[in-house]
Amino acid sequence: MARVTAGLTSSHIPALGAAIQTGTSNNDYWGPVFRGYDWVKEWIAKDENKPDVVVLVYNDHASAFDMNIIPTFAIGCAESFKPADEGWGPRPVPDVVGHPDLAWHIAQCLILEEFDMTIMNQMDVDHGCTVPLSMFFGEPDAWPCKVIPLPVNVVTYPPPSGNRCYKLGQAIKRAVESFPEDLKVQVWGTGGMSHQLQGPRAGLINKDFDLKFIKQLINDPETLRHMPHIEYLRDAGSEGIELVMWLIMRGALGPKVEELYRFYHIPASNTALGVLALEPAA
Amino acid sequence: MSDHKDIDVHSYLAEFDDIPGTRVFTAKRARKGYWLNQFAMSLMKAENRERFKADERAYLDEWDMTEAAKLAVLARDYNAMIDEGGNVYFLSKLFSTDGKSFQFAAGSMTGMTQEEYAEMMLKGGRSPDGVRSIKGGY
Repeated sequence: MARVTAGLTSSHIPALGAAIQTGTSNNDYWGPVFRGYDWVKEWIAKDENKPDVVVLVYNDHASAFDMNIIPTFAIGCAESFKPADEGWGPRPVPDVVGHPDLAWHIAQCLILEEFDMTIMNQMDVDHGCTVPLSMFFGEPDAWPCKVIPLPVNVVTYPPPSGNRCYKLGQAIKRAVESFPEDLKVQVWGTGGMSHQLQGPRAGLINKDFDLKFIKQLINDPETLRHMPHIEYLRDAGSEGIELVMWLIMRGALGPKVEELYRFYHIPASNTALGVLALEPAA
Repeated sequence: MSDHKDIDVHSYLAEFDDIPGTRVFTAKRARKGYWLNQFAMSLMKAENRERFKADERAYLDEWDMTEAAKLAVLARDYNAMIDEGGNVYFLSKLFSTDGKSFQFAAGSMTGMTQEEYAEMMLKGGRSPDGVRSIKGGY
């Protein structure tokens, strides 16, 4: 049977992709950020940890979806997904290869569990999806595993509540565990942490909030899942709302987790950056 | 047992206006900025970027945008674009077309120079103290 073996979090900011592309990932500014990923890069490259499939939770940044179609939760069921042209040409990274059998299986299970998923059979994936792949897998000719992109609307209000995201994660875990093939599946929650990209309050960073969020995500998701949007907005900045996506990852790991690794860094361009590696615990 | 919860959408939305220097992308803003955001989306295509760069005003006139939105685009006034219902992720197609970064665009909305903004970020960013709530002053 398939099982959820681990959950990771990562920032997905385009500046990380740009640093790789321009060869500046080792300079004084970006070096500490990229070194913060080294532990997970080594861990995930080991056979026993390498996922067969990643369910990659991210938000589309006005790339695959415009103002005409705004799905709250979508799931990529295609054979493959091309990197989107976001205004400066597509990121020069491999196509993202999907796992349509598992993706459709998860989609069906989620719909039966009353999550009204939007099924995507054709979709380009933007930096939200490809930057975390680059950060954890480096620059291979092909990504080392299959990826099921799962975009969440966190742009047009209201986005889903933290509680809804957590429950979606729980349902993803059940769906994965009912898939007959023997697969190691990881769920990644991307985006965050505190940041605001707009208005006179742009540049907001809240380390206290972020560290408390990480602590609660690990040890007390039952409380964290009920935090209302207004608290994210006030404390983590208007774009800090992306953190609800981490709750999807957390819900998919079960009630208790073991923390394998944690990295927190300020600043990565406009954002605070958080990397976590968690495993389900008995 | 019912899962129904009493949600008051009016108070949910009203709270957003209490955050200083922040315009949450609500349905109202999404409706107002529909064409501005769709214009920005169009810049994902290389041929549209070329046409826009060749004659910005003529390209903008192809869109059913308010004059205020067009002037905000021409002036690259990102606060004014957001007032017209623009969303920063859509507007990113515009500053990407200009070869500018998110940090440039975000900084331009704060009234700081790009250097001052970058320096603030290096020092740990803007503190949330005093800018969480207008009414509460915390």
